[in-house]
Amino acid sequence: MAVYFTKEHEWVRIEGTQATVGISEHAAHELGDITFVELPQMGKIVKQFDTLAGIESVKAASDIYAPVSGRVVQVNDKLEDAPELVNESAEDAGWICKLEAADSAELGALMDAAAYAEFLKGLE
Amino acid sequence: MEDLKATPLRAHHEGLKALMAPFGGWLMPIQYAGIIAEHKWCREQAALFDICHMGEFLFKGDIEAQGLENVFTFSVKGIPVGRSRYGFLLNDRGGVIDDLIVFRLAEDEVMIVVNAATIDNDFSVIRSRLRQDAQLTDVSAQTAKLDLQGPLSREVLVELFGSEIGAIPFFKFIKTRILGVDAIVSRTGYTGELGYEIFLPASKVTELWELLLKDGRVAPAGLGSRDLLRLEVGYSLYGSDLDEATTPLAAGLAAFVNLDKEFVGKDALLKERQAGAEKVKIAFRVNSRRAPRHHYQIFHEGAQVGSVTSGAFSPMLSCGIGMGFVKPEATALGSKLVIKHDKVEMEAVVVELPFYTGGSLRA
Repeated sequence: MAVYFTKEHEWVRIEGTQATVGISEHAAHELGDITFVELPQMGKIVKQFDTLAGIESVKAASDIYAPVSGRVVQVNDKLEDAPELVNESAEDAGWICKLEAADSAELGALMDAAAYAEFLKGLE
Repeated sequence: MEDLKATPLRAHHEGLKALMAPFGGWLMPIQYAGIIAEHKWCREQAALFDICHMGEFLFKGDIEAQGLENVFTFSVKGIPVGRSRYGFLLNDRGGVIDDLIVFRLAEDEVMIVVNAATIDNDFSVIRSRLRQDAQLTDVSAQTAKLDLQGPLSREVLVELFGSEIGAIPFFKFIKTRILGVDAIVSRTGYTGELGYEIFLPASKVTELWELLLKDGRVAPAGLGSRDLLRLEVGYSLYGSDLDEATTPLAAGLAAFVNLDKEFVGKDALLKERQAGAEKVKIAFRVNSRRAPRHHYQIFHEGAQVGSVTSGAFSPMLSCGIGMGFVKPEATALGSKLVIKHDKVEMEAVVVELPFYTGGSLRA
């Protein structure tokens, strides 16, 4: 299962045509305690890098962008009452939503795990 | 980038991997373990804050003859020795130059504790209102301040420094000896919990910090959690909720203004009391976990009526809370508000302060 990252620190895991989306551990750490996740509407259709969802921490309110184009088919409603799951497990249990995605060519605009690790080093 | 000042504990904070950031001209610890964890620790145990950045002035002499009695919005000579009082230093328009606490150390001696960012200006304003030969000294650099706040703070201090501390009532203090030096232990704070502010010579503060942190009931807490703690109990933050354009009456703080005495700014306050303030402070509760933030706009019945001055997600209430200044028509308890910023929008309702009433403050 391949995981890709954006420069805005979202991740996407592709399984067939389904794309699971979240924010990276680095992003969760930088945001600090996460207090609210604005989940996208079911059925919402987004283009790659459009605003997909929102997230708030004790420090700031930020947008979450769609790593790939698609239609929202599932949201992680556990985050409604327990947004801290994103701090505890940003790249697994703290996923935000799932998209039905089609265009694998879009992955070319993203980074794989190794490239993202390099990218983070450059931000230090 | 301006030169940031640092407290004697900077290396200790960095050793604890604190996130450091500028605050009022100082490089201060914002968080260690995390803002919400530190907030919870303060509400349940005892949290230790480095507050060395705040300013302290010493006045010595006859309070009335030297002019100190008319400097603040409250009577200084009316404070009994061993007690402290909160109030304001105003400009002649009634605006708040600073909010501060005055400690009556002796019949002819007081300590004035002021905000960090306003130390120099406060000192020159107070100085200018005193007789020329009055003795006022800025002792901020040589005076350290640690706050130990939380329901377990009393038992920790009593075990370390003796039972005298355990008997201090709210807004009283004692002069005592700690680690072999003169110190002031005051039952005051900024969290809504039982707690103490400890003033001692800066040369001893690292020793006290290390000693307190050896206790398992004590954990360090940064300015991030301090801001959350004070907002939950409705305390104002100077620079956000109070400034030189805001009067204490508009800010809902008339309880700390004695209009039966003289002070600079009184005439302006009397006029405002007649005419009514253009904008008045309100507290509001958001109907979701969204956090209102400084400068977000407040709407009531479709019209913009004001803006947010402080806001956060409240861990105790599990919703957004905030304070702001609005036109009088939107101030009634229960008034429905909409808070907006860019795409963010949240519904809120005007409520009474404090938001959180479960604290151990007067325990």
